[in-house]
Amino acid sequence: MSEHVERMAGSKPHKGRQLALEIVTFLLFVLFMMPFIIVVFNSMRTNQDIINQPVGLPTNLGQFWTNIKDIWNNPTFNFLTALRDSVIITVLSLAIISIFSSMAAWVLVRNKTRWSNFLFMAYVAAMVIPFQVVMFPLLTWFKAVGDFIHIPMLRSYQGMIFAYLGFGEAMSIFIFHGFIKGVPLELEEAADIDGCSRAGTFFRIVLPLLQPVFVTVLVLNGLWIWNDYLLPLLVLGSSGDIRTIPLAVQGFNGAYVKQWHLIMSSTLLAMLPIIILYLFAQKYIVQGMVDGSIK
Amino acid sequence: MKSMTRRKLTEFLFLFPTLFAFVMVIIIPFILGIYYSFTDWQGTGAVSKMVGLDNYKAIFQEPGFLHSFLVTLLFTVLNIITVNVVAFIISLLVTSEIRGRNLYRAGFFIPNLIGGIVLGLVWQFIFSNILPSIGQSLGIAGLSKSLISNKDTVMITMVIVNTWQYAGYIMLIYVASIQGISKSVLEAAEVDGAKYWTRITRIQIPLMANAFTISLFLTLTNSFKMYDVNVALTNGGPVTMFMMKPVQASELLALNIYQTAFKYNNMAQGQAKAVIFFIVLTIFSIIQVSWNKSKEVEA
Repeated sequence: MSEHVERMAGSKPHKGRQLALEIVTFLLFVLFMMPFIIVVFNSMRTNQDIINQPVGLPTNLGQFWTNIKDIWNNPTFNFLTALRDSVIITVLSLAIISIFSSMAAWVLVRNKTRWSNFLFMAYVAAMVIPFQVVMFPLLTWFKAVGDFIHIPMLRSYQGMIFAYLGFGEAMSIFIFHGFIKGVPLELEEAADIDGCSRAGTFFRIVLPLLQPVFVTVLVLNGLWIWNDYLLPLLVLGSSGDIRTIPLAVQGFNGAYVKQWHLIMSSTLLAMLPIIILYLFAQKYIVQGMVDGSIK
Repeated sequence: MKSMTRRKLTEFLFLFPTLFAFVMVIIIPFILGIYYSFTDWQGTGAVSKMVGLDNYKAIFQEPGFLHSFLVTLLFTVLNIITVNVVAFIISLLVTSEIRGRNLYRAGFFIPNLIGGIVLGLVWQFIFSNILPSIGQSLGIAGLSKSLISNKDTVMITMVIVNTWQYAGYIMLIYVASIQGISKSVLEAAEVDGAKYWTRITRIQIPLMANAFTISLFLTLTNSFKMYDVNVALTNGGPVTMFMMKPVQASELLALNIYQTAFKYNNMAQGQAKAVIFFIVLTIFSIIQVSWNKSKEVEA
């Protein structure tokens, strides 16, 4: 019925308009993709070529492999180590943020005391605190804590990951909290009667139900952590042993000023991992971003 | 009774990791930060004396900070408008009946996957090499020199890059909202003879009030806190005159705060700026959300 109405009132007389919309959308899309096209094309050219004629097509495809080989083996950029460090930091941070935040959110939902209410409100309030207001004291404080426990908190994986837990958990708890509120209590009560422990109830009954929210939490935190620049710059330093991809790109850019063929190749390598991931997990990434912002 | 204690213990252990990280990473540094802003803190743990409001008095007399403040406000306002207008237009396009709309939806989001440092570098190349070259060969005077090295146009480049990066994300929110509008409402309006434009302004936009609240909030905080694109694209430059002093034309607040502490080694004043930054951002967010919420009720 509704399709019938649509056909009667909508589509037919609007063929011309639809074509116009298609052309406008296509042109806009090409414009949006232009920076990526520029990166790919200029990764295939020599620096001399780029400087002589900035707008131009690559003439020698072999140059692409020369540039990629140069940037791949470049000791300043050191792509493979940066990729490794980015993966280690992102994966471990995501693991502890999602597990610990879901555990906390579950207790906060099921335990209706004045304390749990207060704690939840504190997490919500903390979401408005911008990173800038805590970043300088955080460095002094992490240094002091590291000296005290004899485990370095600066320039170390553990310090970086712990910091991401602190900055990522408030929003994650908030998202889990909203979802768990809608999970019926009956399942948990049944498990309780069957003699399941509290922890067992969470890990066996509740956790599997949280799968869709896990996607949201992983996507929102994952994109942020993978692309973050300022927090790693402060905690890891610009010349430390551990360097994420954004730190490596910026460090390389500072050392090879105006070597555009190499800079373009470095940005191409830096973009590839996340774009490849997007090709496979596009549905989840889009869903996660939308759910995360609407909640 | 024993099981009750065990239950309490489990719940405590479940809360502990996040609570511990929260106190260590947010609460303690936040309190220390407020405290340091009233001292002559040098970045180490030791504080030699309290200076009262001296840091705050100093930063409000500093042309560089005041200029950053104004530029950040300008950037935020322009960016909120351009990001949301572009995102809304794209969202209308990709929810119309056009072919390949799902592909476009996924495609327009791609810039948002890439970090600001990488994007900033790519656009630096575009603004300082590609566009001047096009401008020179076509004889367009306004484009023949780099827009980044001109103090009057540098903020436009910041807005262009951020709009390009962020519009695809905001588009997703609008698309989700448009898809939530019941088809029958729009069809009824169409049968009643409402034109395309009327359907958008009178039906779609009012029904999307919630999406506008979220999008405006996200764009506001994202623009106000902008840092990485600023570093990679312009790094604050070029120099301009403000209150008869040379200042950085495109240095947004987040970058100004960072530079105060690490370039000029003035940790205490950098921290005072950060506290002001926090207060202003909080006030803006509250005003914006409550203003939008009141609109939602009317709609």
